[in-house]
Amino acid sequence: MPRDYIPILIFVVVAAAFPIVTLLVAKLIRPSAPGKTKLEAYECGIAPETDTRGRYSIRFYLVAILFVIFDVETIFLLPWAIQFDALGLFGLIEMLVFLAILIVGYVWLFRQRALKWA
Amino acid sequence: MSIDSILFYLFAVIILGSAIMTITRRNVVHSAIWLIGALVGVAGLYLLQGAEFLAGVQIIVYIGGITVLFLFVIMLVPVREEALTHRFSSQKWIAVFCSVVVLVILMAFVVHGGGSLEFPTREAPLEPGSLTKNSEEVGYVLFSEYLLPFELASILLLVAIIGAVVMSKTRKSETES
Repeated sequence: MPRDYIPILIFVVVAAAFPIVTLLVAKLIRPSAPGKTKLEAYECGIAPETDTRGRYSIRFYLVAILFVIFDVETIFLLPWAIQFDALGLFGLIEMLVFLAILIVGYVWLFRQRALKWA
Repeated sequence: MSIDSILFYLFAVIILGSAIMTITRRNVVHSAIWLIGALVGVAGLYLLQGAEFLAGVQIIVYIGGITVLFLFVIMLVPVREEALTHRFSSQKWIAVFCSVVVLVILMAFVVHGGGSLEFPTREAPLEPGSLTKNSEEVGYVLFSEYLLPFELASILLLVAIIGAVVMSKTRKSETES
């Protein structure tokens, strides 16, 4: 079994090595001129007024949690799609019931204008 | 040691190392990033057990979804640096108690369970090209034996949608002010 994952392992190694090698090469060839101003937060050239950890809009959270929910829904579609032939009409109806319940939520979302960014 | 055992201990080190980094980082965002390491390790353990579908779900949902959610929650709650300096003091004794309980349980498993630290290998190794078998099995079982829990899952997701929207909705009185 582990042998089947050697291509993935190669991907992981390349992905991990890429930023490390890039940073190392950049460190070797760039001139070094550290300064205090360079470490400050850059805010369009203006001196930063507040902390970065300000309060963000709750809508970010709403979008994230809705993403997770519909992500899970999509995950459930995969085993059904793989076994589509074996499950047949029964599986299709099951999936439609599953989706119908979630689409109720989706329609409700739209009716509530929950996804409107205003 | 078999290759499965070596991989098991590799993933165990990744999980434990990332978990320790997660709880000791002063910066909450760094904690969330280290949590990804622990979740990747768990996905690796699923792969070792031949649960490819679960490993994929682990990466897509937990790393792709839940971690993003965590990062948003961190952004939503303004955390001062000073608030993080006394992290371990208030719950110390409760934490010690819980850790001892978990340690006793784990030791009981190690002592009674087989007595070997070798990772159990599957009796019949999977033949090449059968990587999707696990997902197929999951699909079959999900739509026959666990039909009701599957449909209930959609109701659970519906409740989550409604709960998230209701909780994050700004009340009329708040928007006016």
